[in-house]
Formats: sequence, structure tokens, C-alpha cells
Amino acid sequence: MRIALAATCIADTMFPGAPRATVRLLERLGHDVVFPRGQACCGQMHVNTGYFDEAVPVVRNHVETFAPVADGEWDAVVVPSGSCTGSIRHQQAMVCRRAGLDDLATTAEAVSARTYELSELLVDVLGLTDVGAWFPHRVTYHPTCHSLRMLRVGDKPLRLLRAVAGIDLVELPGAESCCGFGGTFALKNADTSGAMLADKTANVRATEAEVLTAGDYSCLMHIGGGLSRQRAGVGTLHLAEILASTREEPTELPPARAARQPADRRTEVAR
Amino acid sequence: MSAREDVLRRVRAALGGSGAGTTAAGKVGTAPAPVEVPRAYRATGVHEAGSAEVLEQLVDRLVDYRAHVQRVAADDLPAVVAETLAEAGSVVVPPGLDEAWLGDLPRDVVVHRDAPDAPLSALDLDATGAVLTAARVACSETGTIVLDGEPDQGRRAISLVPDVHVCVVRADQVVETIPEAVRILAPHAERPQTWISGPSATSDIELDRVEGVHGPRTLHVLLVA
Amino acid sequence: MSTFLGLPGLRRREATSPEGGDPTEPWGAVPHPDEPLRWGESFPAAAKHTLKNEQLRRNLGHATATIRAKRAAVVDEVPDWEALRDTGSAVKEQVMAQLPDLLAQLEENVTARGGVVHWARDAAEANRIVTEIARARGADEVVKVKSMATQEIGLNEHLADEGIAAIETDLAELIVQLADDMPSHILVPAIHRNRAEIRDIFLARMGDAPPDLSDVPRELAMAARAHLRRKFLSAKVAVSGANFGVADTGTLAVVESEGNGRMCLTLPETLVTVMGIEKLIPTYTDLEVFLQLLPRSSTGERMNPYTSLWTGVTPGDGPQEFHLVLLDNGRTDVLADSVGRAALHCIRCSACLNVCPVYERVGGHAYGSVYPGPIGAILTPQLTASTGGVSGADDVNASLPYASTLCGACYDVCPVKIDIPSILVDLRAREVDADRGKHKVDPWKAAMKAASWVMSDGGRFGLAGRAATLGHGLGGRDGVISKAPPPVSAWTRERDLPAPPDETFRQWMAEHEKDGGER
Repeated sequence: MRIALAATCIADTMFPGAPRATVRLLERLGHDVVFPRGQACCGQMHVNTGYFDEAVPVVRNHVETFAPVADGEWDAVVVPSGSCTGSIRHQQAMVCRRAGLDDLATTAEAVSARTYELSELLVDVLGLTDVGAWFPHRVTYHPTCHSLRMLRVGDKPLRLLRAVAGIDLVELPGAESCCGFGGTFALKNADTSGAMLADKTANVRATEAEVLTAGDYSCLMHIGGGLSRQRAGVGTLHLAEILASTREEPTELPPARAARQPADRRTEVAR
Repeated sequence: MSAREDVLRRVRAALGGSGAGTTAAGKVGTAPAPVEVPRAYRATGVHEAGSAEVLEQLVDRLVDYRAHVQRVAADDLPAVVAETLAEAGSVVVPPGLDEAWLGDLPRDVVVHRDAPDAPLSALDLDATGAVLTAARVACSETGTIVLDGEPDQGRRAISLVPDVHVCVVRADQVVETIPEAVRILAPHAERPQTWISGPSATSDIELDRVEGVHGPRTLHVLLVA
Repeated sequence: MSTFLGLPGLRRREATSPEGGDPTEPWGAVPHPDEPLRWGESFPAAAKHTLKNEQLRRNLGHATATIRAKRAAVVDEVPDWEALRDTGSAVKEQVMAQLPDLLAQLEENVTARGGVVHWARDAAEANRIVTEIARARGADEVVKVKSMATQEIGLNEHLADEGIAAIETDLAELIVQLADDMPSHILVPAIHRNRAEIRDIFLARMGDAPPDLSDVPRELAMAARAHLRRKFLSAKVAVSGANFGVADTGTLAVVESEGNGRMCLTLPETLVTVMGIEKLIPTYTDLEVFLQLLPRSSTGERMNPYTSLWTGVTPGDGPQEFHLVLLDNGRTDVLADSVGRAALHCIRCSACLNVCPVYERVGGHAYGSVYPGPIGAILTPQLTASTGGVSGADDVNASLPYASTLCGACYDVCPVKIDIPSILVDLRAREVDADRGKHKVDPWKAAMKAASWVMSDGGRFGLAGRAATLGHGLGGRDGVISKAPPPVSAWTRERDLPAPPDETFRQWMAEHEKDGGER
């Protein structure tokens, strides 16, 4: 298949490991991956903060960049993010219509109909659960809200992870509860976001996993930022980075700030 | 302009009515698209009214609500009523109750007959130990018994104030689903109805359910086959 | 206007409880506001305070976890749950579309059965109508069934000012009333209280509470039963809300658990029901849908213990005088919004509160409205739209649509499928749009405009990303940024931020393509 990659703005600039792994994985599986260079962002941040007018040019750029998929130039668009896929599917056409751009809305719908979040592409379109990955580490999975409730990816990511050779996959308590990121929510309601994050990181730490994974780098940035601050010794990797890992080309464990010895001892005393 | 006219005018404005002015916030809305109401839910259950499965489910649900349920053969009903009410001291009955049900009642249980021309006061009812009524329909899936105020059930107050409610339900009155029950009640929707699913209860303290608050704290259901 | 803790719009109620209002009581009650739909600080500021109350968070965590599990269990056993939700959603949409006709039909049917229908444009008018009815009956006390509509209009406080005591008879409402507090949940107004606090409130404020009262829920419930019994038997006037008003028959429905509703709806001579105009359903048969959806969604029961249905006046049975007050109070403003009007579909089950990760942490009081949680975040600003609730930059209610991570848990459980996340986003857009053209310095707006320019072109975005890589060194040895200037400082207070990578993805991809996929 010829698959166009929408890298997402945040991964392109901050977490290039996720789209890189997506490319490696899909090429290993025998597909051609195309990166349309006109792409920038899906518009989700603008839409979710209410800046619909400002979202329009961003959405237009995304839709026009990926419009060739609707004409069959590519077979599908893959997005290594649940929330960006959700925005493409549920918000872009709405924003266009609200701005009176009905034709653009129609194109947006045609593009979104062929756009898939990574686990959807692998399981639903390519019919795979075992992608031949190897990752001999203790891992826990956070199902991000938009993957879970906007896209209904269900247990697809877990099925993919369970098939990874060597993996020690542990269940995350309270997995379906939001981590408190919510885009600008983390800034506008920083205290509430912090309270939600504290519960999420406590649950992650309880699993004693080495790695927390998810299908969205935005949530991983949030939870990972909390784990790093707490020096929890848990690193974060995108689902793609685990699925891309093989014996020949293993994905390295991410850097994880861990507590120094004296800090550990202090915790012991406090207990 | 009267409040009535004003509110209706605002509603019309909100729905895009022309010449209707605006809402209080100065808004004029747009007309909603016509609505098709899908009705794909179950209108009937799997089992016949009064079938063994339906009765078993009703008993299960009522017991779950901490109601006392007894299955009774028609001939044994007076004896079971007598046994259930033995400790009540006094019982109020609606005007149209089948008198035969009281046939075996011990003499020391005082029977108050509530009547339209001589209704018992709330204080009288509060001093009465129990109430005995029939029912209109029951729904097994939710464990619900509906009273609709007909003469064998009486006005609402009598089945409310006494602390023990003994309710006689005939097997053929038990349907499986809520839609089946509603369709039986619909022809007389204007009758005052009380849907009863177990004794009164509250979950207001830490969402822990406690049975028995203001309504009857004890519900006996006598299911007559 | 009196003030409390320096906050505008809050007043301590006049002494309606034996000891009077004591702002130092140990249970830290929220005083009664002048406006039940707008009080306290903005959401972020109010949440900052409530988050510090660890007892509250424990109480809420326990209670919401309990109710979530119960709801999930009884919803899972219904094979046609999704079909019921589809019907419930469509029926409510139909109600909104046909509201003028349905209201007229309800009025006609209630009147034909001996009821009196009143219309109220706003809270003041509704309060006046109820007061006049109670006064005409010579009542100095009314018994009340829990009702959101009467909470919303501040009826109890109004009646108190007029010398009429309103006695809340629902256990949770009684707890809130005795504590001189505000409700924090639609269904369980005292959800923020645990059993020990409730015992303390009863002992301090319920004149006839047994002195050896324990904190066992059953004992507490029995104390409430004894306390209210006499009131029920002697009350002349009752005030209720309505869960549903059936247009084609004129039937009203109250769904409850304790029997306090039945007492109020049955024993007094006069009944006044205050109902929002959106509470209609077209036909009696539609009850078969909503009486399945509501109990399982709200208390997590297959059916609530008691549902009362009455149509006007029934000679010889129940109140012989019945008044229905149809309340607007901002509802038509909500109806005028083609997206936001779906908030009027709400049947007040409170399932959205129980699953909301924000509500679970901050509690109901942080929302500054009698309607808290996700539904409150979309309903309150819209109900107060005529006074700036959506668009007022300084209105505390304008902060409510941002009180959500858009996680979508509320939409999943809503029995009438209100797409709360989408409405939240739409309300944010309305606020942003209302601010357009106002010449004021807004850093958010400036940032969003700049980001829009950068993010609408791959070339510009690529350059921006490349520029960001220059910050790679900011991360120091660990590669993380632990301190940042505002507004990012809100982030780095509790989280590290990764430093930008030394190479963006598109830089890598360009090399990768050049190498024919070898890199």
C-alpha cells in the first residue's frame, strides 16, 4: 500500500521518534510511506480552544495537503495520534461548514474517511495484530481518551502489544481515566490538571513498568512530564516505537529520570 | 403581554419563528430540522405475561430490593394474608378489595375500610400497622409493581403511610418489560399511579443503599398463581 | 449585597436553623448565593480551593466510584440500551422542535383535569407565584420534594424572606439544608459529605436527633424519618419539581426513592409543581423509554423505588388543588442556540457528573452553580446568557466551558446522548467570537493568531520546527526543562517539559527519502 503519513505537529517538532517509528514499521511491513511536505497541523488546538476562525487556514492546509488520498493517489493516511485522528474525523468538516466553506467540508470528509489512527490502520486495514516486533521490557499502556471514546479503538492497541515478543505487558489501574492533559486545560486549569496527573502517575508507578506507552504523544508528554518531575524512573514511548522495535533494530529504552539513592531512602523513612 | 404570551413568543423566536421578536438575551434562533424518532428498542419481552420465567425474574428483582416475596396458590391466599398480617395489629384496606382475602384474618387484627365518603385521616393511617392492596400490573425486568388507584388498590395515601405494605399480585398481571406495562396503563393514563420497586430506600449517604425511609419500610408481595 | 470571605454574591442565610448561620461551623458549608446560577470565583480559582480539601476528595472519590460501578452493571444487562438512548435523544429533539404546541397541549390537558397552569418568565416571577399560593392557603411552612428547578430559582430563600419555611424532605437536601450549605451534585446534593460529617450536622442542627446517634447510614436515615414524619402528616402545601410532563395527557411524573416525594405529592391539600419548559415529553407512551433510561443512569438501579404519576386533580385522592408553574428562566436563550440547545435534553440523571474526572476531583461547589459537572458547564453559561454567562469576559460563568479536558466520558454515559464535549467546544468558540473586535491585549488570542499563520503552511511550520531545535540545549544533562516562564510555568510547576530534539521529523524524513529508506 501507499500510505501518506500525517506526522502531527507536536511529534514533528517535539517527538520525532513516533513518526520515525511509524515509517520504519510500515516500511518493514512492506508498504510505501509518503510524507507530504505541505502538512503542518490538523487544527485541533485551535478548535478545542474555540478559535474556529484561526483554525480554518490550518484545517484548509491539512485537507488540501491530504486531498490526493481522496483521488486514489495514496491508499490511506496514517496518523500516529488518536486525538488528531479524532479532530480530523469529527471537527474539520464542522469548522469548514461553520465558516461557510461547504466544498472544503466535503473534501475534508472524503479525506477523513481514508484517514486512520495507527492501530486502526494495522488491525482494521492491514488485518494485523502480530507485526513481528520484539521489545523485552515491562510496559503499561494508557488508552488515551480520544482513542478510546472518539475513535473507539477498543483493545486494538492492546492486541498489538500482546503480540510483541518478549514484552511484559502489565495492566494500568484506572486506565480509562483521563490523565488531565486536555490541551490548554493543563495551563488554564493547572491545579485540576495536576490533581488528575497525580492520580495517573501514581497508577503508572504502581505497575512498576519501565515504560509507559500510548497512541498519543500529547498525553505521553503530560504523564511523562509528571513522571520525570517525580523521578519515577518510568520512561515513555509511543505505541509505534514499541511496534517498530525488532531484535535486529531494537528501540532503546527511553531516558527516564529516576530518583537518586538518598531520595529513595528519604521516602522509606517517610513511610 | 402576559407571562404566558411572553414565554411562548420567546420559544418561537428561539426556534426561528418570524416576527416573534427575540429571547431575553436578544437572540433569534434557527428552526430545527424535522426529527424522525427511531423505535428500535424492545416493545415486548421474550416471555409471555405470567410465564414461569417472568415470575421467577420478578421474584429475583424484588428480593434484590429487599422486598419479601411469597408465591401463593389462589386457595391459600386468605391463610397467607392472615399469616403475613398476624403481627400488624391493624390493617387498612381499599373499598374494592376482595373480601375473601380477609377471610382467615385473626380477630385481633383490626380492619379499617377506607371509603370515598369516609376516608381515613393521615393520622389514622399513621396509627395503622399495615395496608393490604391489589395491584394493576407488574414488570419483572425491573421488579416494579404499579398501583393505579382503582377500588381494589385505593387512593394513594393508604398504601403510603402505614409502615407495612402487603400487595397481592396475580401471575397473569406480570409482564416482562416496561413497554408492555406502559401499554397496559396507557388507556387510563389519567389515573394517579404509583410505581413501586421494593420498599422505600435512600442512597444519599455515601451512595450506600439503605432500605426503609419514609414510604413503607416493609413490602410483602404475595404472588398468586 | 453582603459578602463572605470577600467573595461577591454570597450571603449567609438568615437563621433558619436552630443555631443560626455560623460561618465557623466545622463542616465548612458554602453560604447561600444571591444567584443560584452564578456564585463564587471563576472555575480555576474555585477549583484551586476545593482541591485542597482532602476529605472532600476522598468522599467524592468513594461515592463516584460506587455509583459508576452500579450504573455500569445495570446498563450492561439491558440488551437494547443503545436503542433506548437513540429514542430518548430523538424524542427530546422532537420536543424542542415542537415546544410551543406541546406546551399548549400540556396546559390544556392539565387545566381540563382541574389543575391551574402558571407561566414564569424568570426566577422572580416563579417565586412570586409560589409565594402567593402558599400565602393564600395561610401556610407558614411548605414541604418540598427535591427539585433542581426550585434550587435554580432560589425558592427556599425567597420563601424564607417572605416568612414561609420551606422544609426539604429528601435526605440529602435535608443534610444540605441543615448544614446551611449548597448542594454539590444534581442527584445526591450531599455527596461531598461522609457519614461522620452527616452525623455531626444532624446532632448540631436537627432538634430531635437522638443524642446517641451513630454514623451508620441506616440510623441516620431513621433519624431523618422520625424528624420529618410529623411535618408530612400536617403539611398543607407541598412544592415539587417534575421529572417529566406528558403533553398528550397532562400527566406529571416525579421519580424518587425515599417516599418523601409520595408524602408531599399525596398528603397536603395543595400541590405546586415548578417545571422547566424543557421537561416535556410528547406522549404518555414515551415514559416507557425515559423510565428505563433515568433510574439506571442516575442511581444505578433497575428501577427507583417510587415513581408517582398524576394528572391534574383526582377527586378523593391526593391534593385537591394543583398548580403547575412553567418556568423559562433562560431556557429560551439556550433553545435559540442551534448547537447548545441539546443541553435542554438533559433529564438530570447526573451520570455525567459521576464519570467526570474533573468533577470527581474538584466537587460540585467549584462550578458556582446549582448545576455542576459537565452538564452544568454547558447549561449554566447558556442559562445566564442574557446577563453575560457565555460572552462576558469577566463573568465567572464564562470560565465553565473550559472546565473540561474533553475526555468524552460524559457523552458516553448520557442517556439522551448529549454531545457535551462538542457543545463545550462550541461555547468556547462563542466566547472567543464575542471578544473579537474588542481592543484589548489578550496573549492567548495573539498566540493563537500567530500559531494559525505558522501552522497553515508546511514551509513555515518546517522553519519554525527547525528554529525550535536550537533550543535542544535548554534541556541540560537530563534533556528536560524544569522551569519555564509564564504561561508555560503553569506546566512546569508539576511537570518537566522535554527539550526540543536536535532534529525535527521532517528533517529526518528528508534524509531518509534521500537515502532511499536506508537511514
